[in-house]
Amino acid sequence: MQWHSLSEFLDMGGRGGFVWGAYGTFLLLMLVEPLVARARLRAARTAIAERMADEEAARAAGARP
Amino acid sequence: MHAVTTTSAAPALRPRLTWFTFASPANFYRLAGALAPACGVAAAAFALAGLWMGFFVAPTDAVQGEVYRIIFIHVPTAWMSMVLYVAMAFWAAMGWFLNARMAFIFARAIAPTGALFTVLGLWTGALWGRPTWGTWWVWDARLTSELILLFLYLGYMALVAAIDDTRRADKAGALLAIVGVVNVPVIYFSVVWWNTLHQGSSLTMGAKQHMASTMLVAMLLLTLACWAYAFAVVFLRARAITLEREGDAAWARALVAAKIQG
Repeated sequence: MQWHSLSEFLDMGGRGGFVWGAYGTFLLLMLVEPLVARARLRAARTAIAERMADEEAARAAGARP
Repeated sequence: MHAVTTTSAAPALRPRLTWFTFASPANFYRLAGALAPACGVAAAAFALAGLWMGFFVAPTDAVQGEVYRIIFIHVPTAWMSMVLYVAMAFWAAMGWFLNARMAFIFARAIAPTGALFTVLGLWTGALWGRPTWGTWWVWDARLTSELILLFLYLGYMALVAAIDDTRRADKAGALLAIVGVVNVPVIYFSVVWWNTLHQGSSLTMGAKQHMASTMLVAMLLLTLACWAYAFAVVFLRARAITLEREGDAAWARALVAAKIQG
């Protein structure tokens, strides 16, 4: 390992801003995208559940004399 | 296209596994539900190993200093941007020619992840270019063709989102995706065909490698991480799109009903 201290590691030979800017964006986007995709899956499930509930309510109303 | 085939001579107790088993939305949904978390775990493991190699084992580059370490994510993200475009165009073509429902869903599920990798390829490249070339951006062949790739992804996503009729949207998007695939070899060979500011390939098949082996291992580990990540998130999004489209199917309703009770 070529780093003797944390500050030396973070400094990246004076190019810390570039290196961490690249890695930070990489990791951030890769955390955000799965969350967005999962939210979309949940929304799709909720939409189906709501449609089923609406149909159930319509059936119940129709069955009433 | 049928999902399950059973022969009359030997009635199968279980659905037989065929090439078309996972062309069934219900089967795909179940399979992808099992595979997505596994791919996510694999992505995290490969990423940790790759980051460790990249920052603590790989030496300082003699010419470029420490900033070269951006290569460990720049090259994998740029590769993925091209691989995913070809995958998207492939599934779009499969959907077009075989009229397969799931194929169009795959094409749509891949596009946002491909666009994300293209943005990352361009962004990490800019952050590398500034200290090494002295500029964030140049209109050279490699960079320009990669930017066109981003516009192709965004154009595909905008086009399929703009057309209300799902089948027409799928077909219009497929046409755009298939035509745009000519851009991929242009990106790949741009550093050979034109005299560009961008350096040549980091890896060449069959040639003697000029990278230190620890650098190469770090880059390949992060490449595997990107592949596993892409599978995980594409499976996740494909499941969401499948449910959006199959909301009236009995299997989808049974699944949601079970989820509510459970």
